[in-house]
Amino acid sequence: MLYAILCYNSEDAIGSWSKDYHDETMARLAVVQDRLDKQGRLGPVARLLPTTAATTLRKGREEMVIDGPFAETKEQLLGFFIVDCASLDAAIETAKDLAKANPGTGSYEIRPVAELHDYHLAEQRKPAA
Amino acid sequence: MNDLGWIDAALASARPQAMGALLRYFRDLDTAEEAFQEACLRALRTWPQNGPPRDAAAWLILVGRNAAMDDVRRRVKQVALPDETAISNLDDAESELAERLDGAHYRDDILRLLFICCHPELPATQQIALALRIVCGLSVKQIARAFLVGEAAMEQRITRAKARIAKAEVPFEAPGPAERAERVAAVAAMIYLLFNEGYSASGGTVHVRVQLCEEAIRLARLLLRLFPAETEIMGLTALLLLQHARAGARLDAENNIVLLEDQDRRLWNRELIAEGSALVDKALRHQQAGPYQVQAAIAAVHAQAAAPEDTDWAEIDRLYEILEALQPSPVVTLNRAVAIAKLQGPAQALSMIEPLAARLGGYFHFFGLKGALLMQLGRAEEARAAFDRAIALADSAAEAAHIRLHLDRLAKDSAPRDSTRA
Repeated sequence: MLYAILCYNSEDAIGSWSKDYHDETMARLAVVQDRLDKQGRLGPVARLLPTTAATTLRKGREEMVIDGPFAETKEQLLGFFIVDCASLDAAIETAKDLAKANPGTGSYEIRPVAELHDYHLAEQRKPAA
Repeated sequence: MNDLGWIDAALASARPQAMGALLRYFRDLDTAEEAFQEACLRALRTWPQNGPPRDAAAWLILVGRNAAMDDVRRRVKQVALPDETAISNLDDAESELAERLDGAHYRDDILRLLFICCHPELPATQQIALALRIVCGLSVKQIARAFLVGEAAMEQRITRAKARIAKAEVPFEAPGPAERAERVAAVAAMIYLLFNEGYSASGGTVHVRVQLCEEAIRLARLLLRLFPAETEIMGLTALLLLQHARAGARLDAENNIVLLEDQDRRLWNRELIAEGSALVDKALRHQQAGPYQVQAAIAAVHAQAAAPEDTDWAEIDRLYEILEALQPSPVVTLNRAVAIAKLQGPAQALSMIEPLAARLGGYFHFFGLKGALLMQLGRAEEARAAFDRAIALADSAAEAAHIRLHLDRLAKDSAPRDSTRA
């Protein structure tokens, strides 16, 4: 079974980390990631840009593009896509395509990715040809 | 390994919200500050054992408020409130506050706290000093170092600023939409000022200056989180991020300023550029151009060029044209002339800036650009005169040193050279 582990914390608090504390924490995380990678158990790892950079496409009879992150607490995170888009407009168009395929309620939060590390787990899990 | 780093970060990040709420309760900066200090001391005592509370700001507000009221009660010999070790484990205590901290209420608390620092009666330097002390929580010593003054002098400056604010009318009721917009604009201007204080390398150590820029970015992000649909706040935040992204390449080993086109672009911070560019994208979608957005868009065009010769000067010219319309100023026209020189050649640019001579007669960059354009045109004598004038007007040794490089080059090839530069 694959598990997604989602990271939550206060952006303000992360933004207030001293450089030393930031570097130490990243080094500690890198140790864990390296271990998982060596065991062939790690898939893509992404760090997202702050929610201030987010835009949300609200589905519904009339789609709405809203500045800011997804803020509803009555809906739950169900999955995510990582898509290469030339611009924010292109990303919004992509989200609209998804909304067309899956209309009704819900939202797509569009967050730029700060850093993506692909550990190639998907390739390792493919059955041998 | 600094295990308690998260506590420092949690206290610093909760500060604007907690100070804003405490100020609303006590309507007095000193009392709010003392209450917050006391709450922080108690947090340092209890959090390492109990772990962090779910909502650090709510905890600090509650404990700070109780501590300050406790103080009053003790003076009038009344019963003390329960102590904070109990509070931190009670969900009720936090949910009581949750309502208060919800949405608009706490947004106005933080905005008020920021706005108090921009009181029009306070000179710009006092506004920044006060914001650094009250909102960012820097020590007087740190602020004094950034402004290159003694600690006692800075202490006095801050005390005086607080006294002025205490005397002035500070509205505590929730502002109307028009007033809120005015406050946001004033706060944005103060944040920009704070950033520029750190960005202009006129004094202080690099380390202290970088801290000012980082605090300004923190405040801009905070303001944007409070007002996520304000395009000018997106623009301001983007502008600061994009400028700060170049910090590592702006000074050489001897602390001299390195001009944009000479900077080692590998030293630019790609993540800050990504964040700034994303915000520019977001803002421009609204098609409500404003000065911060356009300046940020210009910075983004520069940031996206892998090498100076890849710069999209036509786009920069177009953006400066918009900026000229929004905020007409000879300095904006001067900047636009740089793009014109790249697109249409030095002669066009020169004829564009010559009419500005009367208004920019005391401006270093005017003579710096004029000299450079004349030099490209092979008019060495006139170029030398412009550069001499620029050196006389230079604000810093770094600026003067940069012009001297041009003069040296003129001296070396006294024969007119190819007018186009590689």
